[in-house]
Order: sequence, then C-alpha cells, then structure tokens
Amino acid sequence: MEGSISEMGQFLGAGLACLGMGLAGIGVGNVAGNFLAGALRNPAAAGEQTATLFIGIAFAEALGIFSFLVALLLMFAV
Amino acid sequence: MAGEYVEGELNIKPMAQFDVVPLFGGTEVHWYTLTNATLWMGLTVLSVSLLMVAGSRGRAQIPSRMQSIPEVTYGFIRKMIEDIAGKEGMKYFPYIFTLFLFILFANLLALIPASFSSTSHFVVTGVLALAVFVSVTAIGFAKHGLGFLGLFWVSSAPTVALRIVLAIIELVSYFVRPLSQSIRLAGNLMAGHAVLKVFAGFAGVMGAGAVFPIVAITSVYGLELLVACIQAYVFTILTVVYLNDALHPGH
Repeated sequence: MEGSISEMGQFLGAGLACLGMGLAGIGVGNVAGNFLAGALRNPAAAGEQTATLFIGIAFAEALGIFSFLVALLLMFAV
Repeated sequence: MAGEYVEGELNIKPMAQFDVVPLFGGTEVHWYTLTNATLWMGLTVLSVSLLMVAGSRGRAQIPSRMQSIPEVTYGFIRKMIEDIAGKEGMKYFPYIFTLFLFILFANLLALIPASFSSTSHFVVTGVLALAVFVSVTAIGFAKHGLGFLGLFWVSSAPTVALRIVLAIIELVSYFVRPLSQSIRLAGNLMAGHAVLKVFAGFAGVMGAGAVFPIVAITSVYGLELLVACIQAYVFTILTVVYLNDALHPGH
C-alpha cells in the first residue's frame, strides 16, 4: 500500500462531495414532479410557467454543481 | 493527471481535453498566443455570424428554411424578454440575443468530437457572467439612482430588525449571482464532457465488450445535446431576470 493520509482524505472528501450531487438530483426531481402535478391539474396555465420551471431547476441544480466542483478541486487542485 | 498513454491499460484522463495548448507548436501561452481556445471561440463567432447573415439575406415574405432559423430564434428571445422584463427590456435585446447565440453555439460546437469546449472553462463563463453583472448593476443605478438600493430593502417585512437581516441576505445573494451563473454553465458542460471521456476510457480496455460503453456514450451524448441547449437557455433567462430586477427594483 502506498499513498499518504492526506491523499486518502482527498479521495474520501471527493466521494463525500458526490452525495451533494445526489441530493441535488432529489431537489431537481422535486421541482419537475411538482410542476407536472400542477400542470396536469391545470394544463391551460402550464405553458406560461415553463420558464419558471427552468429557473427553479437551474437554482436547484447549481448546488449540485457546486459539490461537483468541490470534488474536482479535491481531486485535481489541492 | 498528465500520465502517458499505456497500451492495454485503463487510460482515464477526463481532464486532458480541457488543456489549453498553442495551435502552432510550443508550450508557452502568452496573451497573444493563438490557442485551441482562440480557434473554437472564433469558430463560434463565425458560425453564428454566417447563420444570421445567410438567414437574413433573402428577406422573403414567406421565409425559406434558412430564413426561419433566425426568425424563430429572434421570436423566442423576444418573447422571453417581453414576458419577464416587459417592453422596456427590449432595449437590451441585442446584448441578450448575442449572449444566447454565443453560448448555444459554443456548447453545440463543443460536442463535435475532438473539438475544444470553450464554455467549460470558468474563465470564459466567468467573464460572460461578470459582464452581465456589471452591466445590469450599471443599468439599475443609471435608471433609478440610489433608488436601485430599494432592491435590497424589503419594505414589506414587518419589523426593521427583520428588514436589516433580509437586506444582508439580499446583498449576499446579489453578489453571488455571477459566481453561480458562471459555475452552473461551466460545471454542467465540464461534467458532461468528463463523463464522455470516462466512458471512452472504459471502451479502450474491454475488447468486444466495448459495445456497452459505446452505447452509453451515445445516450450520454444525446443528454449532452439537451444540456447544451438548456444551459444556454438558463443562462439567458437568468440574465433577463436580473435585468428585470434592475429595471423594476423593489418588492
């Protein structure tokens, strides 16, 4: 076995950061699912709200991307 | 990370595709060096200009297929601005339209195999987002003077103490905007391209079993096409939302 404790910490940290991506996935699914539930109740109003849907998805997704960034920084920059 | 290619072993270097290298030999990169980043950003500008010029040349009453591409894109962005920022927002249409087309074409050109994805670099998206941030702030102060600061003062909150807390939160979220906007675009693009490269690395060692990674690459590629369009759309729509905040501050 080679490598050091700090290297192990890097890999562990990168793996833990991936949890954030999964949680962001839950968030994005929540946004899209609730949109669909609302849209099926009132399809006439759904078309105008797609922009809001994408903004909501973008905000939820950004946090997942942040954790991906943390993983990348741990792997390649630290 | 910068290891050598070894025959018959797992060669996964997902980050090597993002290296900026000079086009005409050498390894040093100065501000005037022509690199692959320069080449692909130039190609982006060139393809957007060509499409727009060729599309708007005919000016026929009934648009040809070529002419309807700029017309549909124009109508799309125009509707977005008018829905969110109102009629006053149309004054800034050229900038938003340029932003959308540049990001969209940079994203799509990056999907050509062996090309360079310029929008997956934080420098590129950071400058784009910072330009949006600076211009939106300037528009806000030019239009409303110090009244623009009303954007941070939630006057509908019941107590003064709560308003101060909300003002701090609003202020922080205002300054985080360019950061999140740029990281969202670059992160999405970079993640997708890295996934493609990782699967390509699997295909190299599996022999006949490489069918599975290749099928996976094909489907991820389809997803990436979707992501390329959605991220250009998201970046543009957030710009319009920020512009709306500058045009109509207050709660």
